[in-house]
This record gives sequence, C-alpha cells and structure tokens, in this order.
Amino acid sequence: MDLRRILAAAFAATLCATAQAQQKFITVASTTSTEQSGLFKHLLPIYAQKSGVEVRVVAVGTGQALDMGRRGDADVVFVHDPVAEKKFVDEGYGVNYHLVMYNDFILVGPKADPAKAGGKDVLGGLQKVKAAQAPFVSRADKSGTHAAELRLWKMAGFDMATDKGPWYKETGSGMGPALNTASAMNGYILADRGTWLNFKNRGDLAILVEGDNRLFNQYGIMLVNPAKQPHVKKGRGDAFIAWVVSTEGQKAIADYKINGEQLFFPNAQRP
Amino acid sequence: MSAILPLRMTDVSFAAGGRTIIDRVSFDLSAGPSTIVLGANGAGKSVLMRLMHGLLAPSAGKVEWLGDNASRARRLQAMVFQRPVMLRRSVLANITYALGLADVPARDLDRLAFEALEEVGLATLATRPARVLSGGEQQRLALARAWALHPEVLFLDEPTASLDPAATREIETIIKAFDASGTKVILVTHSLGQARRLGDEVLFVHEGCVAELTPTDRFFSQPASAEAAAFIKGETPWI
Amino acid sequence: MSPLLEAFGGALALIASGDRALLQIVLLSLGVSLAAVVLATLAGLPLGAAVAVARFPGRQAVIVLMNALMGLPPVVVGLVVYLLLSRAGPLGSLGLLFTPPAMVIAQTLLIFPIIAALARQGVEDAWVEYEEQLRSLGAHGIGAALTLVWDIRYSLFTAVLAGMGRALAEVGAVMIVGGNIDGVTRVMTTSIALETSKGDLPLALSLGIVLIALVLALNAAAHMVKEAARRKYG
Repeated sequence: MDLRRILAAAFAATLCATAQAQQKFITVASTTSTEQSGLFKHLLPIYAQKSGVEVRVVAVGTGQALDMGRRGDADVVFVHDPVAEKKFVDEGYGVNYHLVMYNDFILVGPKADPAKAGGKDVLGGLQKVKAAQAPFVSRADKSGTHAAELRLWKMAGFDMATDKGPWYKETGSGMGPALNTASAMNGYILADRGTWLNFKNRGDLAILVEGDNRLFNQYGIMLVNPAKQPHVKKGRGDAFIAWVVSTEGQKAIADYKINGEQLFFPNAQRP
Repeated sequence: MSAILPLRMTDVSFAAGGRTIIDRVSFDLSAGPSTIVLGANGAGKSVLMRLMHGLLAPSAGKVEWLGDNASRARRLQAMVFQRPVMLRRSVLANITYALGLADVPARDLDRLAFEALEEVGLATLATRPARVLSGGEQQRLALARAWALHPEVLFLDEPTASLDPAATREIETIIKAFDASGTKVILVTHSLGQARRLGDEVLFVHEGCVAELTPTDRFFSQPASAEAAAFIKGETPWI
Repeated sequence: MSPLLEAFGGALALIASGDRALLQIVLLSLGVSLAAVVLATLAGLPLGAAVAVARFPGRQAVIVLMNALMGLPPVVVGLVVYLLLSRAGPLGSLGLLFTPPAMVIAQTLLIFPIIAALARQGVEDAWVEYEEQLRSLGAHGIGAALTLVWDIRYSLFTAVLAGMGRALAEVGAVMIVGGNIDGVTRVMTTSIALETSKGDLPLALSLGIVLIALVLALNAAAHMVKEAARRKYG
C-alpha cells in the first residue's frame, strides 16, 4: 500500500537524520547573509571530503550567533562584526581567533535615484538620503550588517537612535527579507554584496554606491572557549579553523564566484 | 432461591437542581411477581428506577438489597433503556463485551453470547454491525445482552416507547420469557395495556411519592388511592 | 495571477524532477511530524479520555486550560524547548539541540494539547450517550474511558489528523530548535522561509504548493478511511 511505504520511508529518513548524530560533525554558528551568499554550499563539501567531518551551519543574526557561542550551543563562531567579536574574545568566550576574508557592503536603491545618493562616497550618499527623507530600510536586528550600517550613519554625522524619522524603516529581519521590503517600497538599503548577488527579487533596485573603502566588511572565525564549555569539540573545531585560514581554504574561498564575480577576498594573516 | 432480593427502599428521597423529585418513598419488592412502575409523565418513575438500580445515589434514605448474597447485588441486575445503547461493534461483540465485564471466562464468551442471541431470534445477525440494526432489533439485542448475564432483577425503562406495535409485541414476548425463567421484572411504562399484559403488581408513582403497591387486577378495578383512580380515569376517559 | 501559475508549473516541475534534496526535505518533514503525532497521541489520548470521565475539583479549569493550549504559538514552544535543550540549559548535556529529535520534541509539545483537548471533547460527548448503559453493565473509570476511546476511534482519527496538519504547517518551533541546517534539519516550512528570505519567491511558492498538496492528500486519505468506517460500523 502506497501510504504505508511513504510512511516507512519518512520514518527511515528521520532515523537516518538522527543517526547522522553519530557521524563526526561540528556546529558552526554563522550569519544568514553568509549562508545566503551560497559560500557554505561551495566550501563545506570540499572540507567534508578532505577531513570526513560534517560542518553543520546554523545561520542566524550575528548577535544570536555570538549568543550561541556564549551558551555553548556551537563549537565555532564565524561572523562579521569585529567590534562584537573583540568583545566576545576579551570576555573569554572565544579563543583561536583569526581573520578570514572580507567582502563589501553596497548602497542599493531605486535606479531612478530620487535622492541623488549614487556615486563613490557612501557617507555623502547617506546624507543625501536623509536630507531627501527617502525611504531607507534598516535590518535593525543586531547583525553585523546592521552594526556596519549604524557605524556609517555615525561617521556621516547622525545618531540613528535620535535622528531617525518615519522615512527610516526598521524591519528587524535578515538581509533577504529586508531587501524584499526595500524592493517593495522602492527604498534605499545597505546590503552585503553576497546576498545581493543571490537576490532574485530586485524590482527596480540597483547598486548606487560601491567601492568606498568604508564599506569594507571583515569576517572573523574563532573557537568557542573549551575552558568555559568543556563539551566543545576542540580538536575538530580547531582543525576546521586551521583549514579555513590555510592556503587551501583561502583559495577555496577566492574560487567562489557568482556569475563570474568573486564575492569574498581572503585575508587571513599568517601568524 | 433469590440471592439479592428483596429490595427495600426506606425513606428514599432524591433532589436535583433545587427540586425534590422523589420524596421519602418506602416500599419492598420481593422475588416472584413482575412489578410495573406506573405513573404520569414527570411523576419520577425513571428516577425511581435509577435509584433502585444504583445509577443514582439517593439524597436521603436507604436502598438495600436484603438477600443472602446482597454483596453481589451489582452483578445480578441488568437494565434496558428506552433507546438501546450499542457499541460500534458487531451484534455478537456487544454481548461478549458485557459478558467480559462480568468476568465470564474467555472460552465461554462466544457460546453464551450465541445462546442469548438465539433466545431472542437474532442469531442470524450475529456478525452485523449492531448499529445498522433497526430500532426493534437493537432493543431485542439489548434484551439478549441482559439475558446473557442471567440477572436476578431486570429493570426496563419504557423499552417499547419508541417502537411500532409489531416490534413491541416481540419485546413483550421476550420480557415474559424473562419472567417465566424466574427473573424479577421491574418495568416502567406509561401504557396501561402493557401494564395489564406484563405485570403481576403495580407500583403507582404520583409526584415523587409511591401512592400504592397493588396486584394488577385489583389496581385497575379498585385502586386504593384517589391519585391512581384519577390517573386510570384520565388515561381511559371512555370508561 | 501569473506568478501563481508560474508557481504551479514550478511545483509540478519540482515534483517531476525527483530532486534528491527535495525528497530528503519532504521525507524529513513527514518523519518529524509523524513521530510527533504518534508521541502526542500516546500521551494526549489517555489524558483527554481520563479528564472526560473523571470528576475532580478544578476540572472545568483544566478543560479551559487544555482548550487554550491548542493555540500555543509555535515560536514560543520553540523558544522554550531551545532554552531547555541549549548547553546552557538544564537538558543541555543530552546534546539534542539542532537535531531532528529536538524538532520532534518541540512539535510533540505543540500538538499534544490539540489531541488531548479534542479527545476529551469526543469522549465526553460519547460519555453522555453511553454513561448509564456502561455503568449498568459494570464499566467505569479507566475501563469505560478506554471502551469509549475505541468506540469513537474514527472521530479521534480526525483529531490526530488535525495535529498532524498543524505539525507539518508550523515553522516557528522547528526553525529555532532545528536551526534549519542544510541536509540535517531542513524541512519544508523552513526551506520555504529560507527561499523567501533569499528573495527566490517562485521557488518558495512552488515548495509551498508541494506542502499544501501533501497536506491535502493526507486529509483526503483520512476522509476516505472515516467514510469507509462509518459505512461499516454505523
């Protein structure tokens, strides 16, 4: 009977997935934008084949990823918010910290650019958006991207806690949903290039400002401190970190391209 | 040789929702005669029957079984309701279920159930789902279920009120068979004709009280109480 | 209208392609929700039946609570289970977070009240009909409750189905406790959420149609079973 076979298969799938728990794996807390860029789908199979270890990525916002590290629910943390990362390490939650790669943010907005924000200067662009009170979508979710956005506003001379108005839309969401919102309301938004390249619902949006070196987005990786969380898989976690910053891992990162365009630029420092 | 009868009711009252439905009734029912519980609608006949059978607890007074084996009183009674309640199982399974509750050994269940079905003429329908039977057939099944338990006392609460005359006749035949086999029949009815056909004595209930307990012939010709006289007259205005 | 038609076409193409990743996601969705339904029924059915026939002080309050818990927000259940299973939580040493068993636990907690409350309703309605006859025959308490449960089993099946539907459709609980890990804890609803947030709306919609088709098929099958039973047992 067809139904019975389907049910049996379903049970088997669940059991298999549960049995995978017996497989060698580590849990990496990373960000939604990194996952949505497609980097992990490219990188992790390479590592799995080399080491036999499955890397399980839980993709959440940077704030939540670091929180996962503090709680001990991950072995490795891989995010892109240097200020928050430094605090994490200084507080003793992370060890074996390495820079990994960078990509950049871009200022995206309607092609017609009513606020005339386009150009080479992101701070100037932001000032023009505010002056025109054009709709601007902020992730407002404590992510690395959100932190970068707030830093740029600050550099442009504004404190978003007090200087925002109805034109500043805080969605509290990941990069993709925020882009969806910006597309729907034809607004401006700061996005990471990776998510943008993969994003299929662009509507009338286009890149307006890029290449300004203040849009630099640095990624870091670290092991959750085994002294605080004894169950952390130190051996396998360190091995993964070592591979990511190795020549081989860095090359794999550089090889990742969308439509022929390289997304991430490896910059791990040799000790 | 009765094991649980006689039944003695002493100053039994029952109140619900602020209303007194049964008001200090006292009487004895002994083995032998079939007893018809008669009375107008709302007199309290059904409540009285449930008090006797133990489905309701009295608010005051005592319900006692005075026989030698009174401790088995629960097991040796059965009740049939106006609407038969059957489980969603086969005809046979409904009887074996009841037998199982009475701790009848597993190997005897089917045999005893079949015997009961044959007694009421339903043996050919043994494997049918009980609920697809007609009203009359289901009531016969209810009686077969009671028969299988070989009760000492059989309570019946208006068992033919929902049935046509033909089905009614079949049910009355079975009730008479119970009576003939020694089971004490206690029957609630509002049909005078049925009372005359099936009853040896009449327990007349009027507004929560027992007006009289009289052999049937005498009850209809010379009722002892004014309420009974009025009732009979009211039910048979042409007399 | 056109995006919807595109999505239908996309859904059919997806199913026809027999894509392995999609198959794994569908089977995992079914497996997790099915396991949760089984556990929730084993716990909820007896509880619902017991509350239906028992009389105790505070019974009405218990019934109100059971009915209210049917509307538990999945994301809240997910959060609570996450806090329990997190390494920083009381059950952290079990290492269950971000695995299918964690998802089963969360969904079981989510649908257990549904099954218990609907079972209580069904058994209590049946008790009204059967009570006097069953007590006359000498059945009471647990025995009577179990007899009723078996007698109304086909109606209870509907309650079980309702639970299954809720489990298959929810995303809040499995997202938080499962982590939507590719190839490990990714199910239909979390896939749809992911594709939506990536802006790949056609794919998300197609997956959504596959999910709806699945739930429809389950309901149709259950309806046929109920009808056949009704014709047979009356």
